Amino acid sequence: MAKTIEEINEKIKSGQAVVLNAEEIIGYAAKNGIKNTAKKIDVVTTATFGPMCSSGAFLNFGHSDPPIKMQKVWLNDVPAYAGIAAVDAYIGVTEISETEGMNYGGAYVIQDLVEEKPVKLRATSYGTDCYPRKEIESYITLENLNQAYLFNPRNVYQNYAAATNSSSRIIYTYMGKLMPNIGNITYSSAGQLSPLFNDPYYRTLGIGTRVFLGGAQGYIAWQGTQHNPEKERHPNGTPLSPAGTLALIGDLKKMNTQYLRAATFFGYGITMYVGVGIPIPVLDEEMVEFLKVSDEELFTEIYDYSVQRRNKPSYGRVSYGQLRSGSIAIKGKKVPTGSLSSYSKALEIANLLKEWIQKGSFLLSNPVAPLPFEEKANVLNILGRDEI
Amino acid sequence: MVSRRLVLTFPEKIVTKPITYRLVKDFDLQFNILRAEITADIEGKILIEISGSKEQIEQGINYLESEGISIQDASKDIIIDIDKCINCGVCPSLCMTQALEIDSHTHCLVFDKNKCILCGFCENSCPVNAIKLKI
Repeated sequence: MAKTIEEINEKIKSGQAVVLNAEEIIGYAAKNGIKNTAKKIDVVTTATFGPMCSSGAFLNFGHSDPPIKMQKVWLNDVPAYAGIAAVDAYIGVTEISETEGMNYGGAYVIQDLVEEKPVKLRATSYGTDCYPRKEIESYITLENLNQAYLFNPRNVYQNYAAATNSSSRIIYTYMGKLMPNIGNITYSSAGQLSPLFNDPYYRTLGIGTRVFLGGAQGYIAWQGTQHNPEKERHPNGTPLSPAGTLALIGDLKKMNTQYLRAATFFGYGITMYVGVGIPIPVLDEEMVEFLKVSDEELFTEIYDYSVQRRNKPSYGRVSYGQLRSGSIAIKGKKVPTGSLSSYSKALEIANLLKEWIQKGSFLLSNPVAPLPFEEKANVLNILGRDEI
Repeated sequence: MVSRRLVLTFPEKIVTKPITYRLVKDFDLQFNILRAEITADIEGKILIEISGSKEQIEQGINYLESEGISIQDASKDIIIDIDKCINCGVCPSLCMTQALEIDSHTHCLVFDKNKCILCGFCENSCPVNAIKLKI
């Protein structure tokens, strides 16, 4: 007997909804069976807290007197993109400071704003009849901005590659510090808690779905950049390599730095840990089949990041259960593993979202449109105009 | 008799020289190699504990420096800022003695100071800058 999102929402409103997190459902389904689980459980909360470079915020500063059409904008000396209307800008998390280099950047500007610290705004322009001012320097706070919303073009990767380093020197990558001679392995996924592993064919989530984003309610805006769902899949439906992605949007003014944290990968650059939680409605038995998949049944591949090419050699396929155990044997050598994504934080978010739903303060939503399933990621070939 | 923990950084040219042998032979120093990361043709690093008289150690260090080895006292302490820590798992993957581990039940970082050999490999690895090494 299938449920609808409307029926589940009625239960949430009356405080009757039964909610588990994506870790709890595994044991529950094993104990109670698929049929009973589908009947008893209404919602399963999934979450992730990992570094997501494709993130940033749109800001509107309001107009000064006399006004300026901001052409170049800096926030605490970090360049923001201002090639849109007069006092709009986009600050990307990976942008680095022009004065402090990799010690400070876009993610730190966003974090400072969320912590209600004053941020120095500097802008220059060429001056027009309607916008005569050519430069401005002032201090802004999040409160005084008109709008400030995160708009992250690519978050919540459905699976991600694991990394190691076969070279003879330490390499500093977006997968962290990789020690020489296959000295360690890093990976980045919340595995069994991860949103898109729990609804692998995007049956219940799509454009318009309400989610937890950075401590507030946000929405799925679009499929993320490099959304690539047509990847080889395990019989349980989950992709064996990076596949789907989401573009997310949410009100920065309501977020907090418990779930949105600036970070620096030494020698690589700046990024932001973004906390995302997505509730999955248990519509029927098929959804239970997807939700009960554990780390032991989720797989990725270990790649050699010392090979500075798009295609890197693989050291084989491993399960998230193996990765999370703390070490993996490669060629007879026990190699320590570590996650960039924080499982503990993901669990905290899944539990917080569970609490919101149990209290009735977070309702599920039907997607306005589905995420595309036939979409491939292209590569960039270097072509002359006549080769197109 | 005194002991010192040192991190020796070898330039690539002298990785193949019998440096530690000379320390024993010429300066009568006892030493214990706690960590070594040496590969031909690249910079090498050794974490070493040397024991001997104050004078012998000083002479030994002078010799090492004259060979072009840079010497640094091993870090004296590692401080984990628990408030900043987000319990990812980056630093445990760099910790060869499992002094830094993610507890499999709590999913939180556990630091066992007794296991730590202060090699400093976890330095610069923390994305939220929660690890401080005291030199």
